[in-house]
Formats: sequence, structure tokens, C-alpha cells
Amino acid sequence: MANIISDETIEYVGILAKLELSDDEKEQAKKDMAGMLDYFDKLNELDTTGITPMSHIFPIHNVFREDVVTNGDDMENIMKNAPESKNGTFVVPITVE
Amino acid sequence: MKNILDCTAVELGKMIKNKEVTVMEAVEVTLNRIKEKEADYHSFITVMDEAAMIRAREVQTLIDEGKLTGPLAGVPVAIKDNMCTKGTLTTCASKMLHNFVPVYSATAVEKLESAGAIIIGKTNMDEFAMGSTTETSYYGVTKNPWNTEHVPGGSSGGSAAAVAGKECIFALGSDTGGSIRQPASYCGVVGLKPTYGTVSRYGLIAYGSSLDQIGPICKDVTDCATILEVIAGKDSKDSTSVDVETDYTSALVDDVKGMRIGIPTDYFGEGLDKEVKEAVLSAAKVLQKKGAIVEEFNLSLVDYAIPTYYTIATAEASSNLERFDGVKYGYRTGEYKGLHNMYKKTRSEGFGEEVKRRIMLGSFVLSSGYYDAYYLKALRVKALIKKAFDEAFQKYDVILGPVAPNVAPKLGESLKDPMKMYLSDIYTTSVNLAGLPGMSVPCGFSKSGMPIGLQLIGDCYKEKNIIRAAYAYEKERGSI
Amino acid sequence: MVKQYETVIGLEVHVELATKTKIFCGCSTAFGGAPNTHTCPVCTGMPGTLPVLNKQVVEYAMAVGLATNCTITGDCKFDRKNYFYPDNPQNYQISQLYLPICHDGYVEIDTEGGRKAIRIHEIHMEEDAGKLIHDEGRDRSLIDYNRSGVPLIEIVSEPDMRSSEEVIAYLETLKMIIQYLGASDCKLQEGSMRADVNLSVREVGTKEFGTRTEMKNLNSFSAITHAIDAETQRQIALIESGEKVVQETRRWDEDKAVSYTMRSKEDAKDYRYFPDPDLVSVKIDKEWIEKIRKNQPEFRPEKMARYKQEFDIPDYDIEIITETKHMADIFEATVAICHQPKKVSNWLMVETLRLLKETNKDATDIIFSPDNLAKLIKLTDEKVINSSVAKEIFEVMFFENIDPEKYVEEKGLKMVSDEDALRKVIEEVIENNPQSVEDYRNGKEKAIGFLVGQTMKAMKGKADPGIVNKMLKELL
Repeated sequence: MANIISDETIEYVGILAKLELSDDEKEQAKKDMAGMLDYFDKLNELDTTGITPMSHIFPIHNVFREDVVTNGDDMENIMKNAPESKNGTFVVPITVE
Repeated sequence: MKNILDCTAVELGKMIKNKEVTVMEAVEVTLNRIKEKEADYHSFITVMDEAAMIRAREVQTLIDEGKLTGPLAGVPVAIKDNMCTKGTLTTCASKMLHNFVPVYSATAVEKLESAGAIIIGKTNMDEFAMGSTTETSYYGVTKNPWNTEHVPGGSSGGSAAAVAGKECIFALGSDTGGSIRQPASYCGVVGLKPTYGTVSRYGLIAYGSSLDQIGPICKDVTDCATILEVIAGKDSKDSTSVDVETDYTSALVDDVKGMRIGIPTDYFGEGLDKEVKEAVLSAAKVLQKKGAIVEEFNLSLVDYAIPTYYTIATAEASSNLERFDGVKYGYRTGEYKGLHNMYKKTRSEGFGEEVKRRIMLGSFVLSSGYYDAYYLKALRVKALIKKAFDEAFQKYDVILGPVAPNVAPKLGESLKDPMKMYLSDIYTTSVNLAGLPGMSVPCGFSKSGMPIGLQLIGDCYKEKNIIRAAYAYEKERGSI
Repeated sequence: MVKQYETVIGLEVHVELATKTKIFCGCSTAFGGAPNTHTCPVCTGMPGTLPVLNKQVVEYAMAVGLATNCTITGDCKFDRKNYFYPDNPQNYQISQLYLPICHDGYVEIDTEGGRKAIRIHEIHMEEDAGKLIHDEGRDRSLIDYNRSGVPLIEIVSEPDMRSSEEVIAYLETLKMIIQYLGASDCKLQEGSMRADVNLSVREVGTKEFGTRTEMKNLNSFSAITHAIDAETQRQIALIESGEKVVQETRRWDEDKAVSYTMRSKEDAKDYRYFPDPDLVSVKIDKEWIEKIRKNQPEFRPEKMARYKQEFDIPDYDIEIITETKHMADIFEATVAICHQPKKVSNWLMVETLRLLKETNKDATDIIFSPDNLAKLIKLTDEKVINSSVAKEIFEVMFFENIDPEKYVEEKGLKMVSDEDALRKVIEEVIENNPQSVEDYRNGKEKAIGFLVGQTMKAMKGKADPGIVNKMLKELL
């Protein structure tokens, strides 16, 4: 196995992805990730010098909307699925540290 | 009169139009079948008994008044549970969305509804469409109607099983790396992933946005073309949707004379099951006999499709799934200390193992220091893969190969080794990377009695080529 | 020897664009709605929803780019900036990192040492975040997504500024240009223009830059000045005491005049930018650029030069009037009707400025129409009303943009020019003020002023003081 994923890396990726893994899960994640990265490294067999990264496969561009208001007040619907709400706002734990 | 449950969508649509059956009868018979079979198959997460019956009456009136005349009017359809349905629970087979009731519908769903199709339920799937077996669902495993000890494939396993198990007349699935074609193949039904941009993605809960496409899962090629005709088209809500000609049913012609069909030899190498290989190659012979020019060629880069696919799909997924955080909708953990703890607990409890695995991987390949080495590298290889297909389509109208290396595995076998599961996507993922249309058509059975699928791949926007080849093949093959 | 330090400053300026709708959905950008009443599934990050780009955002960004001498990117793209924070419903912000719409421009500012070019590294388009409100007395915050998805451009300068004066001059220049374009009202207090200050210090003569910090939450020019001075001192003190400046984001507290670090261990500052697969690229060809260029307004320097040629008004007036396009537009439109630049300028320079100052508003808030101002000038010219009545009417016009002709009619404010009626009143005043009459007759010229005043009072201001004066003298 060429790639070795450290505890720090798993910890760091957990912060990025907002996932909290148990110790067992972390060990499993280290193995899984290293295995997948080894597999991804197969791509290095290919010489891609000078190849432009392709994000869209087709050449569409300039898809626009005109600057016209089309939506009205839909607050009630927007709030319908909120886990916690107050007077038309979403409630979260305090954000100011 | 043909049994409603044995009808294709087009056949049932005709019977309803001819007043041989009512929409209410069609829906009732289907709902009864679901009641009878769900304990065995578990194709559905939500069955919409009441809403479907109410809608059936409305649609019947519209048909009687001559306001609904399309081929799908009154036909019961099942929708994969990653497509939003206004007012109906939409879970993505995740605990994360266990209580999410969208206030909008996916454009594809809206189009079916205005064509008069009756939505009878939301089908099971791999959680957030991540998986190839429909075993990663939070709501339990779906079983293959051909043999309930086997998986139906995935991630649109619920939709494929529902069609195969006659719990609906047709269904919608979504395909990011094979998620329509592979379960269609495992369940012995027809499935089509259209060219990227053909069907609007609005309201489809994203997995890999640059790869996701909605498509039909149905009983035959005629239905496939008919349904696609209804759901395709440019949508002002999806910037990546394309204005295309949608007269797909005009390609339902039993004639492949002179059609150039290429068989990539690199799809028939090591790892392909012998029975699958034989079934697919004999399907090619059928087309050859009907006048198609069939030849072998070397597609190249086949081994690179999966690493490229998983890099891109997991990267996009890691970002797409950030919005599930317990703030605006869906699951929120019970106890937490502060904002970041709430995020972490909500997401760790709300997502299943496979989803977390892919989010971690995707976050890593996009992270500082690895973006170029992994993500950009994958986008470059994607360009090479696209080029290889472009070259192939200068020589061929259709590329023919297997959908999956094996028939449907037994329940519980695949998840033991995720890497092995990923490898089974080898013939399907490159089609998504290159944005091409791909169809799975049943072409035989293994000795164990499990269906085998034939994959037909066309150039971008050339759905009609594969529809024509598939239709001609199906005519020759007869019903299965 | 005491070391000499130099402050090096670069700015990231966010400007809210004056579009009617948000950048990626058809929700209104209007201020002041109840929480979440200007939201939809797209700008609240509901699953399955997709962004569609507002064309006007692109055109405003191009206009600002052209006005700041930028190169317009022929093929620009949007990227996702990933970070978890509840004001951002998707937990990623759609922005531009790799291919921003404009790059490599500059604006010129006036400094003590003469004209100086401040280079602009890039201008990119992005979406604004929602608003977090602290739920008073509770350990929680409330989110309002009305501002979520409001279009922004971010103008990133090179580290070319060396003092708070230069920073303010740069911001004033940007503000002027953008207001002239009508692309934004650029109000720091209301947050439609926001500046983040990147600052480092280095010893004079050093070539390398020092470690920089980024300062946020600067809501006024004075806050910016204070923050720059304080941060300069803080960094110098650190260096002098042998410590290191840490590269970090700091938050300015204007009330306490100190800044705090915004670091958090849950914050990796690794945004994992990648091209947003939900949006397609924006291709801008020469034709489109030329179309935008053609529609660019006359900017301030040209306008000032033209005013000097066309209008006989003081340079100082020209400077004030052209400070905002809005005032300049009112000036020009009013002059076009009444052909009296000097009088129009006077109304703007004296009464308008006074009322703006008293009400804590700026020139972009002026609501009276050129039509009405021209009417008011005509009413005074034709001596239908006198100047003090005109001032009163102007004040009403300033707040409510009333039609002065109708107002004079309705309120009966016309001057009394009927000499018989006037004579009666004057005779009464003379009778009631014997002492003043006496004084005047005894040579106290000033006393007539009092008598004029008394007459005007009795007339409720509706008389021409000149005529009153003349008649008083005759009658005495």
C-alpha cells in the first residue's frame, strides 16, 4: 500500500467534512481511504501533459435568467421542514464565539 | 384482455384510452400488487395509496374530457426517492432526510404528472444513490424479484425491482455511474441513461452533479422511447439542460441494416463472467444477422474509468452533501454543545457508512495540496476518455457490450468488500464521464436463472441510434 | 536608532449589486422584508435545487471592470467555496476563484504625493450570505436568508496602498465609479459596500512583504481609519518585541477600538474550491464588451470638465454636484428645464446639503424631481412667492417631492401684490408701532427693518419684502 493516511489527516478531513468518527470508524476510514487513493494513483500511469481538465462534456455557455422578480413571499413553505424555528427564522446554536 | 400488471406503459395507456380499463382500476390493481409483494421485495420507501387514487379520478376525468391524450395518461409510475415530489416524503433512502417533505417537484416528475402518469410511490435506493446493490438504504434492503436472495442492483434498485416485480408499470431512476443500467440489467428490464443534459436535474437530489441523469426504467424499448419523449427537454431551472430533438419514438424501427456496431474488446477481458460474455456476444450476432455491421475494436482507457469516476463523483458529492447539516430541513441530532458539535453529530448520525466513506474521500481529494494531484488529474483523464469515445463514434453508430461483469450477486456479498463493488461499475462509469447515452436491454439468463443485460452506448444526443438497435434486437429476441 | 516602518495595504471590497433579483434565483433583493420572505428553495439550499445566473450581474460586473481598466475574461467560470457556516444555506458559496470575470485593472487616486495608480488584481462575482441574528437572552442564533444569494462583486486590489488616507481615497474612487454606473449605491453603513483590509508592516527599504492579517467588520470610513492605525501599531509592537505576526483573520470592534482574532480550531480555512458543475461558463465576446462600453456613463472627470465649459458656476459647486451621479443628474435635468444653472446649483449647494446633513442622508437619497425644482425656481423668479416661502416649500419638497405649484395653490402661499390690501396692513402696522415709527423719523434707519418684519408677519410671509420696504418709506 503506497498511501498511508495518518490520524491527523483523518482528523483534518473530519473537520472539513463535519464528520465525527469513532476510533473504530477512523481505523476503517484510514484503510479505505488509503486503498482508494492507491487505486486513484493508477491515473498517474497516463501522461496528461497539455490536456485541459474537462469539467463539462459539452460546450454550452451563457445560460442566463433575466433580472425579473418571479418569486413572491413563500416563507411558510420554506420554513416547513425546519428542525427548529422562531418567527420565520431558522434556529441554530449560537454562532458568536 | 391482457392483465393490467403484464402490460407495458404504452399498452396500458391504449387500453385506458379505449376505455377497456379505467385509471382507477389500473391504480388499484397496482396498489394491491404492492400490498401483496412488498414484504418480499421491499421496492418502496413510500407508497402513495390515497394520493394516487385521488389523482387517478382526476386524470380519468381529464381523459374523458379529451384533455389528456398522451400515451402515459393514467399509467402508474414509481419514482426513485431522490427525486423531489411536492408534498410527499423524499428521503434519498437516508436517515438524514427521514422527515423531508419538499415544497417543489423535480421537473421530470412534473412532466410525468402533466402527461397524466399516476405516481404511486417512491422507490428504495442506495443512500444518496451511493452504492450498487440497494443495500445501503436506511430503510432496509430491496430484493431481486427474480430471486429474492439476490440484490436488485443499484442504486436505482427499488425502481428496477418495482418494474420487474410488477409493482408499477414503469419507473424513473437516476444514473451517476450506472445506477439505472446496472439494476435494469440485474432485474431483466430496460433502462436508459440519456445524454447528460437531456433530462432536467432540477429537483433531483444531487450526488455527482456533472454525471447525474434521470432516465426511464421500463418493460420494453417502446416504453423507453415513449417515456424519454415525455421527460426530456430544456428546463429554465437547470443551466446544464439542453435543447434537444425529442422525437425518440420515431426511432422505433425494426431495421438495423448498415448500422455500424463496435464491440470494444477491452470490455470482454478478465473479470467478465463467461455466461454474461456469451449472452452479450450472441445478442451482437442477432444484430449482425439483421444486417448490422458488427466489428471488434479497441476502445482503450477502460481501466481508468473507475478511478476517474470515483475521484470526480466523491469530490462533487462531498460538496453537494454539505447542505445536510440539521439547520433547514431533515435530521438534527438530539443533544449537542454548540454549532460545530451539532453539525458533526447530525451528519455522523444522519449519514450511513458508505455515504460517510465517500464524503471523506471526496473532501480529501479536493483539499489543499491534493486538488491538482487527484481532482484535476481526474478531469484530465476524463478528457482523454471522452476523446477515446469521440474517435470510436467516428467509426460506429453504437457501441455494444455488457452492463456489468456478473449477474446480480447474493444479498450481503458486495458490501463486505467495497472496492470489489466499485470495480463492478467498470462498463458503466465511462459512459457518465463522457456524458453519453447508454441503455440496458435484457439479453438472456444465467444458469442460475438471473437476468443478463446488454449495454448499447451511443454518441451524445444520438439516443435514437441505440433505441433503434435495441428495438430491432428486442423484436428478434421476443418477450422474456 | 528607531526603526522606520511602512504599512502595506491591499483591499478586498465587496459591493452589493443593484439588481432587482438575486444572482441565482428570481427572489427580490429589496431591503426590509420580514425574515425569509424573500426566499425560495434555491436561495435556502433545498435539496435538488439548481442555480441559474442573472444576466444583469454579469453586465454590472463587466461595467465595473471596464471602468476600472480591467481586462474582461473571455471565458469565465464559477467555483464553489466550501465551508460550514449557517448563514450559507448550501455550506458552500458560489464564487469565482480560477477564472474571475475581470482582472488586471487599476484606478487612479489623488494623494499628497500626487496621482497614484492602485492596481486591481481581479473582480469576481459571488453570492452574499444570509443574516444571523442573536436570539436575545438565549444561547442561539436566528437565520434570515433574505440576503442569501444577493449578488456581490468582490474587487481585489494589489497591496499598493501605504496609508489610511490612500485607502479612503481608493474607496471613494471606487464608490464614485460604481455609483456613476448605477451598479450599486455603495453604502458602507448599510453593508452594500464592505471592505476587508489586508495589512502588513515592513521596515522602510525592505523589499519583502511582512506577514499580513485580514481585518473584517469595518462599517465606516472612520472605522477603516481606526482599524488601520491600530493594526499597524499592533504589528509594529509585535515585531519590536521580537514576536511574530500571525497570518489570520481579525474582527474589528469599533466601539472598543480593538480587534480580535477569528481563529477557531473547527475552522480549517481549506475551502476546497472546484468548478461548480451546476453552472456553465460565461463567454464574453468583443461585441458584448463593446455594447457595455458604449453604455458606460460620462464619469466624473469628464463631467467636471464639461460643466466648467457649459455652466457658469463655481468650481467648488461643480465638485460637490458631481460627487454623485444622482445629484449631477438632478442638476442637469433641472437646468435643461429652467436654464438657470446658478440658481439650480444654489438650491443644491445650500438648502439640499443642509437638509441632507441634518437628516443624516447622502446625495443618493435625494428624492425631489428636477421638474419640481424647476417649478420652484420659476415661482420665485416670477415673484409668485418670496424666498423665505420658497425655502419652506423646498423643505417639504425635500421630504415628499410635492409639486410646488399645486402646493402654493392649495396652501394659499401666493404673494399679495395688490397694493391696496398691502397698504391697509402697513397702515395698521404703523398705527400699532408708534415707537418704531418715531425712531425711524428720528433718523434710526434700522427701525424700518422691524416694521418690514411686522408687516411680513401680518401677511403670513406672503408679501414681497422689497415692495413692503418701498411702501413703508412712502407712507412714513
